[in-house]
Amino acid sequence: MNMLVEIVASLLLVAGGIFAFIGSLGMAHLKDFYMRLHGPTKATTLGIGCMLMASMLYFWHRHGVPDIQEMLITLFLFITAPVSAHLLAKTGLHMQLQRADKTRGEPLELRQEEVGDKPVPHPEKGHG
Amino acid sequence: MIKSRPWLPTPVLSLLLLVVWLLLTRSIAPGQILLGSFLAIMIPLLTHRFWDSRPRINKPGLLLRFILRLLGDIIIANFEVAYLIINPFRKMRPHFIEYPLMLEDRFTITLLASTISLTPGTVSANLRLDGKSLLIHALDVGDPDALVAQIRQRYEQPLKEIYEC
Amino acid sequence: MLSVALPITLAFVILALLMNLYRLAAGPRLPDRVLALDTMYVNSIALIVILGLWLDSKTYFESALLIAMLGFISTVAVCKYILRGDIIE
Repeated sequence: MNMLVEIVASLLLVAGGIFAFIGSLGMAHLKDFYMRLHGPTKATTLGIGCMLMASMLYFWHRHGVPDIQEMLITLFLFITAPVSAHLLAKTGLHMQLQRADKTRGEPLELRQEEVGDKPVPHPEKGHG
Repeated sequence: MIKSRPWLPTPVLSLLLLVVWLLLTRSIAPGQILLGSFLAIMIPLLTHRFWDSRPRINKPGLLLRFILRLLGDIIIANFEVAYLIINPFRKMRPHFIEYPLMLEDRFTITLLASTISLTPGTVSANLRLDGKSLLIHALDVGDPDALVAQIRQRYEQPLKEIYEC
Repeated sequence: MLSVALPITLAFVILALLMNLYRLAAGPRLPDRVLALDTMYVNSIALIVILGLWLDSKTYFESALLIAMLGFISTVAVCKYILRGDIIE
């Protein structure tokens, strides 16, 4: 039993480390801002989730009582990650960051002719 | 919508706050229970008028199934994104997609946008309340119409059934 | 088993933090740097988890919770500042 818990915790820990690494790798080497956003939002969040699960499993086994603290951190990260990603994407659109050339689709927010030389500060007035 | 509310506007939330407080302090001493109850009653009382009205959950069973499916999808999504990032011969086809919204309530739209951000290769980028559409950036997509149909069938339809019907 | 897994994970997290640092320094525009900082917050939570397992104590986990909250709030604050030029309207 002891061995099994340790093996599962170790696997979860290493998997979490690899996911966190891949998320940051994606952020470091992808071409444009909108693509970079994907790595940290998904991979890093799941990586931390895995590590916290491993820690919860380990301490549960060690002290005999389950503890909610890691669960709270995981839940908090999973709730906040999409929100900050959405806000960052909005900021990127607002600053009219360059897309990679192969990106298809023409969002209203990035069209030069409609926006002119001055960016529209509140594309969706009345929200927030 | 300021109605004369009773002193306990949201009993479930208050109970949840109390439980979380006790778990955080890791004790069930009477003092902690008293302090926790005080906070659990005072926090909703002082803040509930800043909240948007939240729709009622109509089908709890469906919500549970939705959450389980979402967890599975998050894990699959991560393997897909990880593969896209580390494969040096990949050909990414990033795409901005406009997703016409069927949902109407703000809270439900928030849930849908968060769901989209956490699942395969998509980040919700901008919400246009006037045009009722959501701008999505996808990392690798061949057929945008198929993606829209998939999101609608897999996430938006259940959310609509759970909250708005 | 865990004594092997911990250094490996630590190495991955440190590499991840180095890449965040690279993006923080190099990022062509402001949102890139904000994104790098946000990811650094999350990775530093990973460091705290590893430290907790290493020392076999949960003393530092409350600071992890605090870091998670502060990281989220600072990201939101900076984004709102860029978007609207104001944080609290």
